[in-house]
Amino acid sequence: MVIRINGREETVDRPGNLADLICGKGLIPEHVVVEHNFRIRPAGEWPGITLKDDDNIEIVSFVGGG
Amino acid sequence: MAGDILNIGGRAVTNRLFVGTGKFSGYEVMRRSLEEAGAEVATVALRRVDSASGAENILSYIPKGCFVMPNTSGARNADEAVRIARLARAGGSGDWVKIEVIQDNKYLLPDNMETLKATESLAREGFKPFPYMSPDLSMARRMADAGAAAVMPLGSPIGSNRGVRTRELIEILIKEIKIPVIVDAGLGKPSDACDCMEMGCAAVLINTAIAIAEDPVGMAGAFSEAVKAGRRAYLAGLPATSAHASASSPLTGFLREGK
Repeated sequence: MVIRINGREETVDRPGNLADLICGKGLIPEHVVVEHNFRIRPAGEWPGITLKDDDNIEIVSFVGGG
Repeated sequence: MAGDILNIGGRAVTNRLFVGTGKFSGYEVMRRSLEEAGAEVATVALRRVDSASGAENILSYIPKGCFVMPNTSGARNADEAVRIARLARAGGSGDWVKIEVIQDNKYLLPDNMETLKATESLAREGFKPFPYMSPDLSMARRMADAGAAAVMPLGSPIGSNRGVRTRELIEILIKEIKIPVIVDAGLGKPSDACDCMEMGCAAVLINTAIAIAEDPVGMAGAFSEAVKAGRRAYLAGLPATSAHASASSPLTGFLREGK
């Protein structure tokens, strides 16, 4: 299964949900905002979102800026 | 100065120095600079996370009592700005958003037309838009009509430290626009910030000049004092200028008289 994460294609071997993906990357849920197929999804919904081929995920966080 | 409150975007602000959080050498020095400035408003940006960026959260370094205003930097059109603003709000940053739409990579000058579109959309969604703009009167009027909480005209290109090169245009905005005018970008010295406040700007936003100073904390304090001084001078009423001299000491009773 190939999904696009932050603009880069990644091959995911075993199917899982959005929460598995975020936590598997070592990210702290409170520190990130996630879009799944161009829809913002709060952390509470992540376990219920099963990843599929061609999914588009954006994971963003706040950084310094003017 | 007591009681000199800036009512803006549904909030009451007393410190008219807004501080940007980019370009600091680390979050700790950024935190101390915000504290030294007494900042009540700080801007942040939103970016894709890389594998290393998960551990540190910039928001935990922003002092309590300092309100966070995300910007939409990186947006090249109105739709991208709206998307970034929504993500930021989902991240818990509140309803203020500095709208930044830029396609010009050399001067980083804003696209006023796309910025206006984003202002309209975001105001409809309940945001308090703060559009970063080239200081154009008719555009500023349209932004005010569209629901902008303030306009943020540039003094000179972002990060250039060149001061208030758009002075004449900003003075017109201050005279003609009913919403607050906040000079953003290009202010390189505390005297530039003081100058803006003497002109009657509601506030200034400083980032680069503080963040890249040899001593950012010291510079944050210097900007804070300059903004306060400029504001006091504006409230006190600056005297008119004159082409000729006007003696400060009495012109009678000279020793040479009555001889």
